Amino acid sequence: MRHFFEHKEHLVRMAVLFVVGILAFVVFREIMVPAGFGEYGHFRAGALDDVRAHPVKYAGQATCVQCHTDIAEQRAQGKHAHIGCEACHGPLATHAEGKSDEVPTKPDPRATCLRCHTQNVTKPKTFPQIVPAEHSAEGPCTACHQAHSPSLS
Amino acid sequence: MHGLMQGVQGYIYPDELELQWGVLIVLYPYITGLVAGAFILASLERVFKVEAVKPTYRLALLTALAFLLVAPLPLQLHLGHPERSLEMYFTPHTTSAMAMFGFVYLWYLMAVLVLEIWLDYRKDIVLMWKASTGLKAWMYKIMALGSDDISERALLTDDKVGHFITIVGIPSAFLLHGYVGFIFGSVKANPWWSSPMMPVVFLFSAIVSGIALVLVMYQFTAWYKRLPVRMDCLDTIARYLMYAFIIDFSLEMLDLLHRIYEADESFKSLDFMVHTRLYFSQIILQIILGTLLPIGMLALAQLVKLTDKARQGLYAAAGLLTLVGIFAMRWNVVIGGQLFSKSFLGYTTYKMDLVSREGLLPSIVLMILPFVILAVLVRILPPWPSAEDEAA
Repeated sequence: MRHFFEHKEHLVRMAVLFVVGILAFVVFREIMVPAGFGEYGHFRAGALDDVRAHPVKYAGQATCVQCHTDIAEQRAQGKHAHIGCEACHGPLATHAEGKSDEVPTKPDPRATCLRCHTQNVTKPKTFPQIVPAEHSAEGPCTACHQAHSPSLS
Repeated sequence: MHGLMQGVQGYIYPDELELQWGVLIVLYPYITGLVAGAFILASLERVFKVEAVKPTYRLALLTALAFLLVAPLPLQLHLGHPERSLEMYFTPHTTSAMAMFGFVYLWYLMAVLVLEIWLDYRKDIVLMWKASTGLKAWMYKIMALGSDDISERALLTDDKVGHFITIVGIPSAFLLHGYVGFIFGSVKANPWWSSPMMPVVFLFSAIVSGIALVLVMYQFTAWYKRLPVRMDCLDTIARYLMYAFIIDFSLEMLDLLHRIYEADESFKSLDFMVHTRLYFSQIILQIILGTLLPIGMLALAQLVKLTDKARQGLYAAAGLLTLVGIFAMRWNVVIGGQLFSKSFLGYTTYKMDLVSREGLLPSIVLMILPFVILAVLVRILPPWPSAEDEAA
């Protein structure tokens, strides 16, 4: 055995260097990889709890319509029947829970409507879309349309 | 946005307006190709005992190392957050070719190139350690790992181990560049890329570019160091360059013929692109100036008896044209693949920035950097034959 390693000391040193390098990698990996990684998939298991801990911001429209029955009925008649309340009004969980005195502000009709209805070639042809400057130079869309059931009022 | 819209012709989808992969992603396959090619040329001497190319053996290895060190930098610049690249090693996604490639890169760098260079230079490192003093002696002592055994038996063992590493290194070099082609060839949604020919074409173009680089570098270093150029060496490299180039060009033409004959639903759109937006970079630069002309020049040197001086000039010009041609090939693959719409009804334009992180300026710096690294490497580990070798 001793004879085998004769004149190979430099190679043994290089091999040791490689082994030390690989061990250092393994140790460094152990330190760097967060606990719980890979438990459920290619992610940190604790991330699920972190996400769960986020406060709920959206009430969901089932909650909205419990109080706002008149608007819900009006909306059900028109083309916006399947648009969630908070898509235009923004997240309102705290309002729904009555935890704050916050009164939701009315969305600016022109900015809100044009977000979806400005003409764009990539939208399906059947989707109602306008060139704002040609359709109505200025003024709120709600001057002619009802927001919740957007036929001409 | 308005500026970009001016470059649009016909109909394209919104996400096709701006190219996601710019000039940095052109550089990446170009640089790794030079590495793989230079290494394969070096292995010719070691494994296949082509004695004539021996004068370029060490230069080819150092060139491969200098370029390999720079190879991941375009990706780092393109992606940003270089500190996150370590995570690819710590928690690799085994189904991702890109993630697994990190290990191929590390393997090729450490287990193949560094080890082979170390074994080949060990005797020189020990001699330089003994002949120098102070910091320089320490540097060489560390490089020799403190072992000064350069007995005949030790060197014989080094040679055997080195031979084995080169044999392992050849498939590693094939893997290194075959992977780069695979990344493009496996994008099934893109008809310009999606082809099983891609890894093979990339591999052969890599060999061509690497040989051309060493051909040019050998002449340049000989001129710079005022050393005589070995014409048998130059002639042999030029011959190998021509053979590799003919295979590479045939494969590309085979791919083209296949596309023309198959003429699938993308063909009209791609054909139009090649005749318009890619006309200069593909037809003029890649095929005429970057392939046919250098092959013709190399063939001329084979067919006609020319003086040494004339052959040197011809080889240098052919080498440089080849390097431009292969760069154009990378450009046409990467940029060309993003210029047409998936609707096959329109085209966009690639607008290169100048000073941004992915612009022209960082690309120029990245292309100069390997030469700076090589200049440092050849100072530490001179690849030129010693007076004693020359005498032998």
